[in-house]
Amino acid sequence: MRPTFINVGERTNVTGSAKFRKLVAEGNYPEALSVARQQVDAGAQVLDVNMDEGLLDSVAAMKTFLNLLAAEPDIARVPVMIDSSKWEVIEAGLKCVQGKAIVNSISMKEGEAKFLEQARACLRYGAAVVVMAFDEVGQADTADRKVEICRRAYKLLIEQVGFPPEDIIFDPNIFAVATGIEEHDNYAVDFIEATRRIKAELPHARISGGVSNVSFSFRGNEPVRRAIHSVFLYHAIAAGMDMGIVNAGDLPVYDDIPAELREAVEDVILNRPQRLAEMTNTERLVELAPKYKGGKSEAKGPDLAWRQQPVEGRLSHALVHGITEFIEADTEEARLGAARPLHVIEGPLMAGMNVVGDLFGAGKMFLPQVVKSARVMKQAVAYLMPFMEAEKEGKPREHAGRILMATVKGDVHDIGKNIVGVVLQCNNYEVIDLGVMVPADRILDEAEKHKVDIVGLSGLITPSLDEMVFVASEMERRGMTMPLLIGGATTSKTHTAVKISPKYPAGSTTYVLDASRAVGVVSNLLSPTEKAGFLAATAADYVKVRETFARGQGARARATLQEARDNAFTPDWTAYDPPKPSFLGTKTFAPFDLPELVRHIDWTPFFASWELVGRFPAILEDDVVGKAATDLYADARRMLDRIVQEGLLEARGVVGFWPANTDGDDVVVYADEGRETELARLHTLRQQMLKTGEGQSNVALADFVAPLGTKPDYVGGFAVTAGHGELAQAQAFRDAGDDYSAILFTALADRLAEAFAEALHRRVRTELWGYAPEEPFDIDRLISEQYRGIRPAPGYPAQPDHTEKATLFRLLSATEATGIELTESFAMTPPAAVSGLYFAHPEAHYFGVGRIERDQIEDYARRKGWDVRTAERWLAPILNYEPA
Amino acid sequence: MTRQERIAALKAAARERVLILDGAWGVMIQKQGLAEADYRGDRFQDAPGQLKGDNDLLCLTRPDIIADLHDQYFAAGADISETNTFSATSIGQAEYGLEKAVRDINFEGAKIARAAADRWTAKQPDKPRFVAGSIGPLPVMLSMSSDVNDPGARKVTFDQVYAAYREQVQALHEGGVDLFLVETITDTLNCKAAIKAILDLADEGYEELPIWISGTITDRSGRTLSGQTVEAFWNSVRHAKPFAIGLNCALGADLMRPHIADLARVADTLVSAYPNAGLPNAMGEYDETPDQTSHELHEWAEHGLVNILGGCCGTTPDHIRHVAEAVKGLKPRPVPERPKAMRLAGLEPFELV
Repeated sequence: MRPTFINVGERTNVTGSAKFRKLVAEGNYPEALSVARQQVDAGAQVLDVNMDEGLLDSVAAMKTFLNLLAAEPDIARVPVMIDSSKWEVIEAGLKCVQGKAIVNSISMKEGEAKFLEQARACLRYGAAVVVMAFDEVGQADTADRKVEICRRAYKLLIEQVGFPPEDIIFDPNIFAVATGIEEHDNYAVDFIEATRRIKAELPHARISGGVSNVSFSFRGNEPVRRAIHSVFLYHAIAAGMDMGIVNAGDLPVYDDIPAELREAVEDVILNRPQRLAEMTNTERLVELAPKYKGGKSEAKGPDLAWRQQPVEGRLSHALVHGITEFIEADTEEARLGAARPLHVIEGPLMAGMNVVGDLFGAGKMFLPQVVKSARVMKQAVAYLMPFMEAEKEGKPREHAGRILMATVKGDVHDIGKNIVGVVLQCNNYEVIDLGVMVPADRILDEAEKHKVDIVGLSGLITPSLDEMVFVASEMERRGMTMPLLIGGATTSKTHTAVKISPKYPAGSTTYVLDASRAVGVVSNLLSPTEKAGFLAATAADYVKVRETFARGQGARARATLQEARDNAFTPDWTAYDPPKPSFLGTKTFAPFDLPELVRHIDWTPFFASWELVGRFPAILEDDVVGKAATDLYADARRMLDRIVQEGLLEARGVVGFWPANTDGDDVVVYADEGRETELARLHTLRQQMLKTGEGQSNVALADFVAPLGTKPDYVGGFAVTAGHGELAQAQAFRDAGDDYSAILFTALADRLAEAFAEALHRRVRTELWGYAPEEPFDIDRLISEQYRGIRPAPGYPAQPDHTEKATLFRLLSATEATGIELTESFAMTPPAAVSGLYFAHPEAHYFGVGRIERDQIEDYARRKGWDVRTAERWLAPILNYEPA
Repeated sequence: MTRQERIAALKAAARERVLILDGAWGVMIQKQGLAEADYRGDRFQDAPGQLKGDNDLLCLTRPDIIADLHDQYFAAGADISETNTFSATSIGQAEYGLEKAVRDINFEGAKIARAAADRWTAKQPDKPRFVAGSIGPLPVMLSMSSDVNDPGARKVTFDQVYAAYREQVQALHEGGVDLFLVETITDTLNCKAAIKAILDLADEGYEELPIWISGTITDRSGRTLSGQTVEAFWNSVRHAKPFAIGLNCALGADLMRPHIADLARVADTLVSAYPNAGLPNAMGEYDETPDQTSHELHEWAEHGLVNILGGCCGTTPDHIRHVAEAVKGLKPRPVPERPKAMRLAGLEPFELV
């Protein structure tokens, strides 16, 4: 078996690479890093870093380069060999590597004491060492001297330092051969021989060497040098050489070297007897060399197959792999192909960043890689910046807003924040990033100093949650009002809504799920038109979150079902004569007059659905959203005209009235006035919250109908839709690429269905049931429900059980009459539909059932003919207990 | 017992059974509902700023509470309790302006723990108790950039980190700990500075104490925060010849298991694990019950993955009691012998067999 040989990259060595030396001397570290990357890509398993150059501050260069290297996961994945002849440079390097490195090198050049001291330090820093075959006398040249020095060093390391033998690497000195000096002719053989003996004699020790030395006399003839290296390694590895400092991607395969050259090289390396009488082996190789200088042989570089992709793919690859080398050229290419430079950011670059985000989320990329990706992004954006500015015709670049970001005190996690920062910057926001572990005071001082528009807090560990609460309360205390954003893995909408947001009533607090949401949130918060709507929607959302959370907070005290029934709402039935409807059974309205519905529209929820919050019609004059609201209203009116004129929608409805009386919490519906044939039972649910105050009762809808044995009473029901044609037409708009109209159309269909319910209810009161014939038409009074009677819908607070719709639909034959169908979850389709019950009692009112107890669930299940589990499933949102 | 006798007893006990470390301190201290005045005591009455939250300071101002917590964990069956000195370095205390108190916190913290352990050992001589000097992470990292625009930027130097740890470990040593526990390691280079600070103590005549090293895998990537794999991490700290190597914090037992299994495979020393009580819920609280924790950890011990078990964030004496009972009588993981090889590391391990 061919022994394993470790390539140690040599190109990040200022003594070995003029290019690298120049880059470091110029301080061009990004390019210097790409040299390192090429080495690793080409197969270097350990990276040799050497900054020994008289004109360089070697200590500073070593530190800088290694610190930069640590941020390049593709490079930093391999161990480093800290290469210097100066101990202070080595020690500076050891203080910068988290992995286990190799120190190259220490020796007994300055005596045993220093050697032991340095070895001990290497051990305590946690590094393997290369020990040069060098002692007080000098560098070992013969095989015997090499072995003797290494033997002595080995003994000292093991016995006096306790150095693990497997972490000792000997460098028995590779010297140049073919120099024309006869004493040098055996140098390669000496090395190879020493290697063989050291490996045999000193257990676990390793052999390394700087291979390029051997061919030093052929400087300028790279093909021959490479052939020499290849041949030398072939023999040294066979003797036991474990690693070498070589340009890894650069060596010809031994067998591929032309036979003539290989033989000449081999004669030199192995110091064979002179083959030709007229010239030495060296002379022969020197004579042969120019013939093989030729053109540059193909160097095997890093794998650049990805360069073959289209530019979008290349940008994505560069972002995912954090490669800056080609980013400007690729960005330029993308820019030339884009209408505007901004489109390059919004298009391929953001797409690439999304890939990064996905990989990170899936645990396929890790922290440093993502930071690096962000940097690539920055470079690309920086490249585009002048073009974007030129586009603005010399005007100074205007930022869309200034955002301060910080990871809160006690937390060092900032990757998410950085991504958000980059994404924001890419969207033309100015980002002031305070970094990690930032105390509240500093965050807020800086926020005030820079007059930022938004403060963003990030955190990953759980104590950060409390710190964020503290920052929020500090903002309140200081009288700040700017929006506060919360993000990071441990944060949540729940926590933000429940714990943080209430501490900062003077401003707004918004949870940002991920970077992709950040731009949306920020642009909303800084938008004069969207801000109010956004804040209102967020606030409303958080109210819901808080309610949900509160529901989860243990069971609330409830009355027993019996206690609740004992405290039912009981109007004086003796003093009340239930009015009789104008007809019994059902009556269908299909089609219903659309213009009549238009005048019943309640516009306020329409604007809310567009995140424009405010009451209609005042919203049209609103300082902030007035313009947007007015434009939207005009568009909606035009769309309504089209709907009416072109008959894009058709409204159909059905109303029914039936004789009814209450039996417990159920409303019994009869087929006729004789009340002998039971048509159906409408089941209702009763409030179980503790109600002890004067006049407070535990209400159920059944309370609004006269009980059995008192007086004949009635109940009504309805189902309406304005949605026939809705789905198809909305799709047609979308197919035409007009999403705006599609949404507008759908929102209006919803409003028309609601208007239908409202219009029909009015007709019921004034005419069909007729208990309020004189009620005037007043849209505001309708909207504020200032009239007698209610029309509660199953699935809403007064009767949270959606399944009651099935009974209602059966009574109404609603599907046949109106075309509305129920899904398996009892949702109505078309979606623009409303259904409900009618109650006429003057004291009937809307209420919420609230959370109910197990006793009522059991009772309700029995009444519905369900098992308890089914009841618990349908009523899960209102259970006051954890079902088994 | 002398310290060397205790160390020998510790090593002997580790051969016999799975050792138990204590659980979380933060949550237990939080439960005390302490006020600013408790943290200040008499000594720090006039210190500027807020001191509440500086739990390590309680070693000086409320030693009664700290002693009681050691007692609670020893009573729950812990063999080893940690000193309450997780953040007691000059760098960690800088945010409270208490750099000058660092030596005292560590020294007193060690003494409190020492006294508690000795009381229990006297009471139950067949189950001696041990004190591990807690050396936590720093708020600054040597391997990670402190500035997104400059990947080479660092807030501190190795020498500064070394000096901070040096002060801490010296005081812990003098206060009487039995071993050092460098824990919750997010950046291996910081840890290496701590290791060097400990090893260098020998130069000044301090007796050598066992070193226990516990890293933190932060997420599903299976890497430390500074990007190393578990095996690379092990290769990078093995020169400390640790008494034990392990993982703690960030993950609950279920998510930590594969990484502990990795470590158990490569580490030729004792393996420890003290996971969090699951992952925090939306409110930052830990929900995992003692039963759940002990169920998971029992399985680890049963499969020979671990030698030392305990708890990190969210665990309580009750968790530790359950774990201790669950693993009672189980054989500890046998320490494997690995072939000698040069094992290096960048972010990933490298082995030359």
